[in-house]
Amino acid sequence: MSRRPYIRPMSQTTWYMRNGRYKVYMLREMTSFLVGFYTFLTIYALATLASNSPQVWNSFLSSQQSTGMIALHGFALLYFLFYQTFPWFKLAPKAMPVQVGEKTLPGIYIVIGHYIVWAVLSAFIFWLAGVI
Amino acid sequence: MNIRQIELEVMRYDPEKDEAPWFQQYSVPCQEDWAILDALNYVKDELDTTLAYRWSCHMMVCGSCGMMINGEPSLTCKTFVRDLPDKVRVEPLENFPIERDLVVVLDDVMQKLHQVQPYIVRKDAPPQEDKEFTQSRGALMKFKQLTMCINCMCCYAACPQYGLDKNFIGPAALALAHRYNLDSRDQGKSDRLDILADHDGVWECSFVGACSEVCPKHVDPAAAIQQMKIDGAMEFWKQKLGMPGDKS
Ligand code: SF4
Ligand code: SF4
Ligand code: FES
Repeated sequence: MSRRPYIRPMSQTTWYMRNGRYKVYMLREMTSFLVGFYTFLTIYALATLASNSPQVWNSFLSSQQSTGMIALHGFALLYFLFYQTFPWFKLAPKAMPVQVGEKTLPGIYIVIGHYIVWAVLSAFIFWLAGVI
Repeated sequence: MNIRQIELEVMRYDPEKDEAPWFQQYSVPCQEDWAILDALNYVKDELDTTLAYRWSCHMMVCGSCGMMINGEPSLTCKTFVRDLPDKVRVEPLENFPIERDLVVVLDDVMQKLHQVQPYIVRKDAPPQEDKEFTQSRGALMKFKQLTMCINCMCCYAACPQYGLDKNFIGPAALALAHRYNLDSRDQGKSDRLDILADHDGVWECSFVGACSEVCPKHVDPAAAIQQMKIDGAMEFWKQKLGMPGDKS
């Protein structure tokens, strides 16, 4: 008897089509494109600031207020909420369980804690931006 | 008892004859309380004695009957015919080389389980001859769920990261390492850190979470790995800031 184990190939480019679970994962990973876009946007915004010209800066600001841009920002916000924020906050109690005595603290407290921190940080940023 | 006819589509591979695996159909009259393992046993006993597959306990204890059932890594003794359609496809666990038919080669994961030092490591003197290590119930609860693993390797079959890169230590072995890291009697955490914090260790995991979803014992390796990432990051910053690290 000779051994000749057979190795099933796994496609490097289409493996995630194998099941629904992997597809959702890939949709989540796709947020990295948006992260890339916002990185680029921030650098661009800094460059316009560095130009020291109020005109350039203002035209940058108004370019962000076009319908297309607002739609894009809205889309990005929803995409992040549904593929990052909500799922991660839901999983947070698993990644950082808190044990008190012999029991683990109910996960809901940790989830709520995350939402509170998020709200406080958002409020701080709105305050910095002069919105509130 | 009602009999239901199930079409089993079983992957076959004979290393001495076949160039590649192929599917063979068996029509199996299943009783309503049968698991897929019973259907396979029927094939072996009544239809085709050449079919090779592993099993032992038929009660979710031994961990040897893991296979792909309709594409999902599952214990065949735990997956019931009544929960499945009339056509069922059975394949050997994904991401592993096929030895023969439904039997896979597990050498790689065995070596990985060994690699994480899955035993209590002591730096201090062991307890005296007639004494034992004591452990509170609270300390036990920290890792008890992780001891439930039966090494069925369904999690490796589900993990795309392991599929793409066989150097990744993978879910069950990392969960096992975490089990010992969390054990109050153990002092081997820093020894394990070299392997775990390596890029083939916890950071390779992208938290797809597939491993935890398929685990028949609810071990939740994905959660264990995320906890280790947090642990590892804390250690890193403690060392950077010159703070005293973990005692072990
Ligand atoms: S963690 Fe779960 S799926 Fe993985 S080997 Fe252990 S029991 Fe099986
Ligand atoms: S969570 Fe990590 S170990 Fe589990 S399936 Fe995903 S990549 Fe693999
Ligand atoms: S036969 Fe032992 S776990 Fe299924």
